[in-house]
Amino acid sequence: MGVISNGTTLLDAGALDSGVVTGAMTLIKTVTASTSSTISFVDGASGVVLDDTYKEYIIKFTDVHLGSDDKRFTLQGSIDAGSNYNVNATTSTFRAKHAEDDSGSGFEYTNGHDSDNGTAFFQISDILGSGNNADDCIAGFLQLFNPSSTTFVKHFKGRFNANNTGECIGGFGAGYFNTTSAIDAIQFKADAGNIDAGTFKLYGIK
Amino acid sequence: MGLISDGTTIFDAGAMSAGFGGSMVFIKKLTASSSGTLSFVNGASGVVLDNTYKEYLFTFKNMHPSANGPYFQVNFRDGGTNYDAPKTTAFFAARHKEDDSASAVAYITGNDLAEGTGAQFLDGFGINNDANSCVSGMLQLFDPASTTFHKHFLVTTSGHAPASHNFTSGYCNTTTAIDGVQFTFQSGNIDAGDICLYGIA
Repeated sequence: MGVISNGTTLLDAGALDSGVVTGAMTLIKTVTASTSSTISFVDGASGVVLDDTYKEYIIKFTDVHLGSDDKRFTLQGSIDAGSNYNVNATTSTFRAKHAEDDSGSGFEYTNGHDSDNGTAFFQISDILGSGNNADDCIAGFLQLFNPSSTTFVKHFKGRFNANNTGECIGGFGAGYFNTTSAIDAIQFKADAGNIDAGTFKLYGIK
Repeated sequence: MGLISDGTTIFDAGAMSAGFGGSMVFIKKLTASSSGTLSFVNGASGVVLDNTYKEYLFTFKNMHPSANGPYFQVNFRDGGTNYDAPKTTAFFAARHKEDDSASAVAYITGNDLAEGTGAQFLDGFGINNDANSCVSGMLQLFDPASTTFHKHFLVTTSGHAPASHNFTSGYCNTTTAIDGVQFTFQSGNIDAGDICLYGIA
């Protein structure tokens, strides 16, 4: 059944008509971590869209709590629907930090936490996650631009805040997957141990 | 009554099904007019600030102070009626003067908090009260209703005279739910400006 108002089709065949004004930010998929070794968004799997439907995607992560102490929250992309996560990536990363006891603060490039055309999992910035404190977590977002391009490299940028052992870490990172193959999957994981908790939401931006 | 098209539920129980509308839902707009405070309190005046959304976004535009040079600031309510949640934050800013006499990017130690309960500055250098002077930006607040985790927030603003690009990252160090957010200037009133609250579904 469709709905037509004053000669204009509003919806038909189970979908809103493309002419109906809706929001430009569309929730595609929510994944909740529960002692998970990885969190993945793979185009075409489990309702995930990560193709040329959108020119921009945002992944927001909330209450990410790692299972082990002093482990790092990392990500990588795939060009083969998640069979391998090993795309060459170059990134630059920096952070601001401040201790809860005011014993230290600073603003710095996080040398050693960037990627120089590497294929390993990498951090948005220096993201430490404490598994010892039950209330410690990480929150932030990753923007990925035109992952389906077969002409250009695929840029991304992210920002997060984390608290680890009494320290606030505001991290920033940007970079690109250095490939002209389409990126069709993104995966998050800790560099060791599991992601005990956290909510990951993938959005498409029209 | 619901509306089902080709086996797909479009509307039911007074709401559109998930996936049909946008994911950024407008909740409330407050407009300043010589206002001492602008507050968003869950359950008051149509404000939703609970576990309905995992993320809330505040956008503030043309925030203009009555006094000359106060910082624009925010605080959070974690139970009770006072805006005094403990916060640890980090702050840095880039700035550039109109006459090109100075430019820099640096951490600003006076603008951060170490478990402070006072308001958090959201601009790097204060806002003067010239008629055209103001500060604009946005604040993301993650899962304020959590009773397990700290509540993280990320802020980006653009200030005026000097031009400044300001970045605040921090968390409310409490496992009590945050149910109110209040914006003020460090002194005087908020003469003008508007703040919108959105829920991110």
